[in-house]
Amino acid sequence: MTRSELIAELVAANPHLQGRDVELIVSTVFDEISGALARGERVELRGFGAFTVKKRDARTGRNPRTGESVSVEEKVVPFFKAGKELRERINLGGQSRARRPARPSAARLTLLPD
Amino acid sequence: MSTITRATLAERIYAEVGLSRNESASLLETVLERIAAELEAGKSVKISGFGTFSVRQKGRRVGRNPKTGIEVAILPRSVLVFRPSQVLKARVNGQTGDMSELGDDD
Repeated sequence: MTRSELIAELVAANPHLQGRDVELIVSTVFDEISGALARGERVELRGFGAFTVKKRDARTGRNPRTGESVSVEEKVVPFFKAGKELRERINLGGQSRARRPARPSAARLTLLPD
Repeated sequence: MSTITRATLAERIYAEVGLSRNESASLLETVLERIAAELEAGKSVKISGFGTFSVRQKGRRVGRNPKTGIEVAILPRSVLVFRPSQVLKARVNGQTGDMSELGDDD
């Protein structure tokens, strides 16, 4: 699903709203999250997850094509950690898709050394 | 350092769009729920200018309980990965996020 598909679905589900209002809602949400991260703030949405920034130290990298050394400056990167509820939903969704057994078979367990 | 929550985001929607506070909060919840449902179905969600949420399958592996040292089987599972867009990466580093400086968004 893309941003525009998300907007189209929200428009269909909320006929009393104007399309441009729905677009504004979606852009406000992501713009506010981006802005908070740019200020170094944390965004915590219980059940969904938390957006934070992580600091990466300066390092000496290499141009993979030429092998030349280049210095990479210290930077911060955006990071998202899924909340417990979302993590569980995604994992259960994956198991039912693949029709995995709830537990490994006894035969597989015996392969493990003590 | 302050933390942004649902209340902050709902308040922004209220201020920007002019819906009631109740409806602003409910629409925020709908946005998050649509994203969660898509990911639950194993599909990825790509928000241009922000980033991509996708589901990755992890294989079975043997882990170890760090306290007891006993080996345990870790079952195959699905995990969520968020890949920030170039625009967001630039923005958190205080750059404009102008695409021309950065190359492709993915």
